[in-house]
Order: sequence, then C-alpha cells, then structure tokens
Amino acid sequence: MEKTIPIPVNAKITWLKIIRNWQLYVMIAPAIILIFIFSYIPMAGAQIAFRDYNPIGGIWGSPWVGLKNFEWFFSIPDAWQMIRNTLVLSGLGIALGFTAPIILALMINEIPNERFKRYVQTVTYAPNFISTVIMVSIILTLLNPRIGVVGHIIEWFKLPATDLIGKPQAFPWIYVITNIWQYAGFDAIVYLAALSAISPELYEAARMDGATRLQKMRHIDIPGILPVIVILLILEMSNILGIGFEKIFLMQNSLNLPVSEVISTYVYKMGLLRSDFSFGTAVGLFNSVVNFALLISANWIAKRTQEVSLW
Amino acid sequence: MVVQSPGKKMFARETKSDIVLLITLYTLLILVSLTVLYPIIYVISSSFSSPNAVNSGKVIILPVEFTTIGYERILQYKPLWIGFMNSSIYALGSGLLSTTLTLLAAYPLSRRNFVGRNAIMIFMAFTMFFGGGLIPYYLLLSKLHLIDTRWVMIIPGAVSVFNVIIARTFLQANIPDELFDAATVDGCSHFRFFWSVVLPLSKPLIAILFLFAAVGAWNSYFNALVFLRSQELMPIQIVLRNILIQNQQFGKYGLVSVEMQKLKMNDLLKFGMIVVGSLPLMIAYPFVQKHFVKGVLIGSIKG
Repeated sequence: MEKTIPIPVNAKITWLKIIRNWQLYVMIAPAIILIFIFSYIPMAGAQIAFRDYNPIGGIWGSPWVGLKNFEWFFSIPDAWQMIRNTLVLSGLGIALGFTAPIILALMINEIPNERFKRYVQTVTYAPNFISTVIMVSIILTLLNPRIGVVGHIIEWFKLPATDLIGKPQAFPWIYVITNIWQYAGFDAIVYLAALSAISPELYEAARMDGATRLQKMRHIDIPGILPVIVILLILEMSNILGIGFEKIFLMQNSLNLPVSEVISTYVYKMGLLRSDFSFGTAVGLFNSVVNFALLISANWIAKRTQEVSLW
Repeated sequence: MVVQSPGKKMFARETKSDIVLLITLYTLLILVSLTVLYPIIYVISSSFSSPNAVNSGKVIILPVEFTTIGYERILQYKPLWIGFMNSSIYALGSGLLSTTLTLLAAYPLSRRNFVGRNAIMIFMAFTMFFGGGLIPYYLLLSKLHLIDTRWVMIIPGAVSVFNVIIARTFLQANIPDELFDAATVDGCSHFRFFWSVVLPLSKPLIAILFLFAAVGAWNSYFNALVFLRSQELMPIQIVLRNILIQNQQFGKYGLVSVEMQKLKMNDLLKFGMIVVGSLPLMIAYPFVQKHFVKGVLIGSIKG
C-alpha cells in the first residue's frame, strides 16, 4: 500500500474493517449489554448517596441532600471502629496471608522429589474448593470447647475452657490463619509458575559459583518472582477496605461484633436489613472510592519504584 | 526421583547446609500437609461416629463407635435435597450461560483487526476495580423484577471480566489471526470460524470457564442471602448455613423427637451435613483442580 495515505482514507479503512467484521460486534454485544446493565447502571444509581431516597421519587427524583449521609456516617463512633476493624483484618491479611503463599511456593520449588511435590500441592490446593459456609462451620466446630480439637489442646494445657470465636482479641487471628489454611496452597500456584519460568542458566551460573540452595533462593528465586509479587500486592492494596462479606458475616456473633463489624457487613445491615438505602449507598460508595484511590496510588508507586504496573 | 524440570536439578554435590535445608523443608511441608488434612479427616471421621462420641468430644482422628446413623437421618432431611437440586440448577445454568457469553466476548477481543478492542477492554476492566455498591445493585435488580426469582442467581453475574481476560489470553495464544485469514480465503465468516474452528480448539478453555462459573455458583451463598426470599428457591449453601451456623434445629422437621436425643444428635448431623454438602466437589476434585490450576496459569500470563 502507498506510504502517504491521507487521513480520510484511513478512516475509510477503519469503517471497512468494522463493516467487514460486523459479526464480531454481534458476538460481543451480549457481554457489553450485561456489563452495562449490571455494572454501570448501579454506578449511576450510587447518586442516591447524595439524596434522601424514597420509593416514590426513586433514584432520579428523590431530593438532594448533599453530603448529609456521609457526615452522618462519620459522626457515629461505630464508623471509625469499623474502619479500624477493616484495617486490622486487612493489615494482618497482608502481613501473613499475602506472604504465606510466597513462602510456600519457595519451599515447594526447592523440593527435588517430584512426587512429594505433587503430593503437597494436591493436598494444599484442596481447601480452596471448600465453600465459605462449610469452612466457617468447620472453624466453629474446631474451636468449640466441648467437641473441637482446640478445646482439647486448651484442656491439655490445663487452661480455662473458652470459646475462642467469641474472644475479640482472637478474632482477627482466627480470620487470617484460617484464610491461610484455605487459600495459601492455591495462591502459591502463580508463584510456582513464575519460579518455573526463571531461566535455567541463572541456576547453572549459581551452581558454578558454588552457591548454596539458600543463597540461590535469596539471589535468584526471590528477585525472579518479584514482579509477580508486586502486581499481586497492588491488587491486594486496592482491596484494603474491601474485606469480603461472605466469611466475616458468618463468623460474626454478638460477642465478637465490636471487632468483626466491617464496612461490607455494615452496608448490608444498614442498607438492606434496615432499608436505609441512601445511607447504605453512601457507606458503600465511600468504600469503593477509597479502594479505587488505593489501587491507583499503589499502581503509581509500583511503576515509580519497581517499574511494574497493572497498566 | 522422577522427572526433573530444568532449574530445579538436584545439585551435583549437596553441601552440608543444603542437606540441612532440605531436611527442614521436607519436615515443614509434611507438617503443612498434615495441618491441611487434619480438619478434613476429623470432619469425615466425626460424621461416621456415634452421637455420644461426637457429643463428648471423643473423636480425635478416627471414627469412634462407627455408625452411619447420621447419614440415614440426613438422607430423610428434605430441605437439604431441595437445596441440592436448586444449587445444581444454578451451577449448571451459570456454567452454561457464563461460558457461552465469555467465549463470545473473548473471541472478538482476541482478534487484532477488531476495531474498538482497547476501548471495550477499558470499559470492561474498569468494572473490576470500581462499582456502584450493593444497594444500587439491589435497587436495580428489584426494578427489573429479578428479586426472588431463579434468574437472579444466573443472569446478573454471568459475565465475569476476569474470565473474559483469561479466555482472551487463551485464544490469542491458540488461535492465530493467520488461521482466520487462511479460512476467509475459503469464504469463511467469523460465525462459522468460531463454531467450527475456535470451539473445537478451545476444549480446555471451555472446561475452565464452565468450572469457574459452576463451582463459584455452587459454593456462594451471598446472592441467595440478599436476593432470594422463598425457601423453595434456596441453594444448598443457605440450607447448610441455617443448620450449621445459625443452629436451626433438625427437630422442627420431625427428624429427632426427644429433647435430649435431639441435642446429642445435632452435632453428629452437622458433621454429616458438611460432608454431604461438599460431596459433589470432593468427587470432582481431581478434575476440577486440574482445570482450575490451568485457568490460574493462563490468567497469570497477563496481569
């Protein structure tokens, strides 16, 4: 084709491409329509955070109230308590839950016996497929002072019998440790894949230099998977306020509620159970905006310091 | 020692410190795997023990006073089977719809000459990181009259952007544009190419997408909790939650009558319920696990 194509012709080619490939647009249309309806329309609906929603006025017709719902949220002491709870759970989750699969992958990767490796992987992947309801009921049973193993252990040490799930100090630990139990194995897959992609020449060179396995892990394995760690950390950071609803909601009881109430469960209770739609939306919107801001800043920092980023 | 992948070769001469490290690692990993296995074994063993043994905490590892009385009772418990059936419908429906829509969306996105590809990708990916929140979503679903219908369990979540990205990555790697170019010479349209070339070449992808959606639907309870009301629509996870976590009594349904027996029986029935509730996934585990791992690996190629 000629080198000097004027712009109109270019546009024409674009249109030709679109027309010739019209079937592609038909194929993708259902997905776009569903995403528009179920993701973008609720975003527009989030404006009721700034209104005083009533069923007659609806989303577009209820009276504006400015920031009243947000002011109300931050004026109740519970708000800060909840934000604190969420941060404690996320912080502990990142400190322990995020590092556990990395360590597990580094350990598995070092094992020379393929059969043993496969055994460990098969076993540790399994809990990932247990449903949250079943997971929480297993936790409750194991912690039950009468029938659970934790009760037996406490008994052996002759400590007073306690129901750990109702202990506020224990709650974050139970939440995070059981998350590790359930997900560390499966989350290690990504790191194992990254480890197996490291060039064999690096190991060859290390061997020539007489490096020990530990040195090899420190100087080849960890730097090798660092980009993957950074990407996953960005995603994790963006979700700091987004502690998932399913597990925590099931683990809540009246005793641990002061430390287990998080934003997502609060939104459900206030917004839906008490039908305070505007207030619930405001709290949820606050959460989404903070998450989004965190994602963008984490991505920016990673780009600056590690030259790795999501986009 | 069996096959060894490159880079993980046993060093020719293991130094003393390496041997110490390896012994430590083997020990730790054995402990890890036992820690993972223990609760699972404990639950299964308990479900086969006598109500008395379970109730007084006698079960440590193996079943005590082996009996299947718990399962006999559970088999008669109707709400569980209604839940089982509902969940099967939701899992199958979600699996089919989600796989279809995801494949249809991913194919155009994997084509180089698809004008608007980047804009559509941004349109989709944005929803992964930002949303309107639960309440506006609820109001929308109620406006669409989806609340308390079976559809709410299948349609709204049918397109997962994450799955679209996985599928697109797979198709980009496995269906080169040249293949389509060659096919068009013979007058092949996108529809026909998709049907007779892309689909047959994407069997592993189809399995991954189907299982992601179906297992997710089977295991989740949130949508049912928030968007369903009628008992006869409830999936198994809600039935399990009512009994396992909210301690709803079996007695109400006439399973256990005498008060004292009821209390003792309850713990045993719970263990049995846990097992029955995870049975489908336990049976399918080797198959499901294989495809999940593949899916994660494809997903990790890009972001």
